[in-house]
Amino acid sequence: MKIHRYEKIWLALSFGIILAFMLIIGVQAFAFEHAPPSHKEIIDPQKVDVTAPFDNPGVFQTGDNEYEVVMTLQAFGFTPHEVEVPAGAKVTFTLTSKDVIHGFQIAQTNVNAMVVPGHIQKVTQTFRNPGEYLVLCNEYCGIGHEMMGMTITVK
Amino acid sequence: MKQQKQETKRTLKEKATQALGISEADAKLSKSYMSVAFLALLIGGFLGLLQGLERAGLVQMPSWFTYYQVLTAHGLLLVLVLTAFFAIGYFYAGLSHTLGGVLPHVRTMAWIGFWMKIVGFVFAVIPVLMNDATVMFTFYPPMAASPLFYIGLALIVIGVWICAFGAFINVATWRKQNPGKHIPILAFFATGVFVLLFFGSIGVTIEVIMLIFWSAGVMETINVMLSRTLFWSFGHTLVNIWYLTAVSAWYVIVPKIIGGKRFSDTLTRVVVAMLVITNIPGGFHHQIVDPAMGPALKYMHVFMSLSIAFPSLMTAFAMFYVFERTGRAKGGKGLFGWLKKLPWKDVRFLAPFIAMVAFIPAGAGGIAQTTNQLNQVVHNTMWVVGHFHLTVGTSVILTFFGISYWLIPYLSKRVLTPAMNKVGVIQTIIWTVGMFFMAGSMHYVGLLGSPRRTSYTTYGDHAVALGWDPYMILLAIGGTLLIIGVLIQVYAVFHLMFFAPKGQTEFPIAESEEPQEQSPLWTDRWGVIIALMILVIAIGYVVPLTDLIVNAPPGSPPIRTW
Ligand code: HEM
Ligand SMILES: [Cu+2]
Ligand SMILES: [Cu+2]
Repeated sequence: MKIHRYEKIWLALSFGIILAFMLIIGVQAFAFEHAPPSHKEIIDPQKVDVTAPFDNPGVFQTGDNEYEVVMTLQAFGFTPHEVEVPAGAKVTFTLTSKDVIHGFQIAQTNVNAMVVPGHIQKVTQTFRNPGEYLVLCNEYCGIGHEMMGMTITVK
Repeated sequence: MKQQKQETKRTLKEKATQALGISEADAKLSKSYMSVAFLALLIGGFLGLLQGLERAGLVQMPSWFTYYQVLTAHGLLLVLVLTAFFAIGYFYAGLSHTLGGVLPHVRTMAWIGFWMKIVGFVFAVIPVLMNDATVMFTFYPPMAASPLFYIGLALIVIGVWICAFGAFINVATWRKQNPGKHIPILAFFATGVFVLLFFGSIGVTIEVIMLIFWSAGVMETINVMLSRTLFWSFGHTLVNIWYLTAVSAWYVIVPKIIGGKRFSDTLTRVVVAMLVITNIPGGFHHQIVDPAMGPALKYMHVFMSLSIAFPSLMTAFAMFYVFERTGRAKGGKGLFGWLKKLPWKDVRFLAPFIAMVAFIPAGAGGIAQTTNQLNQVVHNTMWVVGHFHLTVGTSVILTFFGISYWLIPYLSKRVLTPAMNKVGVIQTIIWTVGMFFMAGSMHYVGLLGSPRRTSYTTYGDHAVALGWDPYMILLAIGGTLLIIGVLIQVYAVFHLMFFAPKGQTEFPIAESEEPQEQSPLWTDRWGVIIALMILVIAIGYVVPLTDLIVNAPPGSPPIRTW
């Protein structure tokens, strides 16, 4: 088997690019904590309403400039339906589903997570700019899927 | 003695097929597969147009046939029916041509597979039409369709398995009769595709069987994440099966059409083996933003997904190497002069060429999606829909279209007239422009946050959502062009099958660049390739599947939300 010199260069370049991708992703994920939402906690999907913290959804201040938003997703809405947080605060969303799989996407941010019944998902975001952010479900969840949206007001 | 007699009989038969073309029985089989594939394109294309117009806010679906029903049917028709029927029809014709005919009992198997898939599809589509299975082609539980839907899916898979085993038997028989010879290259590709079809679909079959019992009420609850993971172990493999099918034509057929030679035989076989080995764990990248799996595992899977890019990059080199060599051999001079020597007016070249070019942005988008952080930006947005209309809808489908302009006349013992060739060129251009608008605007509006699988909405006139609307109009324009393309394409296929002038059409298989080149025999040892594949699958899946089973939450009951 004979490999052309140009092909060797091309293969080396290809390999280098893929390796560079891996390195950048690795550093981002593990050094800067930019790993994708990957929370590993389980819950009985039929008892969400009586299981803490989801028996009391809402916005809670958890520290100096830190907030937790406890939220349930169900066809076809989010509870709570309206959320207000201050600009610049670190906000952690703690999410679970009461029925089928839903998506949790905040348009024009990098927040994007799957919310699967039986599992608790967490995702953190700092909203730098004030405004009214659109949150939507991006996983088909039934006939009202396109209505499943809400807003987060950042002041 | 007996061996020798068989040998002469064999070569005689092979010579006969070369001279007279495909046997009537093999042609009928492949023509039936092709007919189903292009009917699926016709119906699926119309459903696609409806979707495009609805998302642009131009039409509103009636309550008895909702957007999501249409979307479920569009997905099933185009990703399950069109692609599978085309690939099997094409590869069985290829086996028939390169192995001197499909064995009679293998042909029977392919027919059983054919009817099994048709019956399965009818089973699956009835509840879709009755709005009892509006669960998309991904059918994620705990959304539960009618059991009939899952039974239909299971029948389709079994039908595909029968065709896969038929192909294995045919190849194995040929090898026994031709000791020391390499499996002909197109049959080698076919083997790779059928190996992936079989092994890749084991996970989803287990899932579907569980879903049958669960939706029928025999099992009370289902493990949602386990189902989802089993599904995706197949989901992406399927995509690469289509891709490998298209690639087989790029390596084997296109060089012949442009009057050149194939790329190195050994490297071609290495690319096939690598695609088969690295493929199945690739599906995990659909779960990058899922819960229940840790960042380290996801990181490993990014690596496993990206390794598929490597053979694809090798393919890019191989293709342009062949083009340049052929162009120069025909007298093309200078840095790009060879480009002028390629047969641009021949649809059999133009369509697959555009398909290859489309794969450059499509593959780059795929690499972007596979990486952890970028995935978060585009996951489940219209970007993803744009991505697969570029990969599957353009790279794969345009190659299939290009194939149809010689394969169908070959099967029907007719010829491609210059007029029909021109029709094909026009169709190729319409398809390219249509996809440029549609997939392009889908990609862009996805970056702006527009979600996939969502019927027309402005989220209460939210400013962000209103900003997506202009791109949806572009999407609808692209979709309209595409349906014109569909109509021309389907017309061309059935014209070539039944009405074109009678005559001889060749099955174009290029010779290897260096005919005396002896590829190492290990390239033909499918046992080794399969063992390596299973090892890679185990590295990717043993830990997460065990974790999802051992640390499972209480399961979910069937839920209907539509
Ligand atoms: C006439 C040509 C076509 C048009 C106008 C079209 C249009 C569309 C539209 C508007 C969507 C829905 C986007 C959404 O709401 O998420 C869609 C989804 C889809 N299309 Fe097409 N498409 C066409 C051809 C194809 C082809 C050739 C394939 C594959 C071979 C394909 C595969 C798919 C798939 C898999 C989906 C996603 C279904 C789902 O999310 O469940 N389409 N298409
Ligand atoms: Cu939802
Ligand atoms: Cu939804």
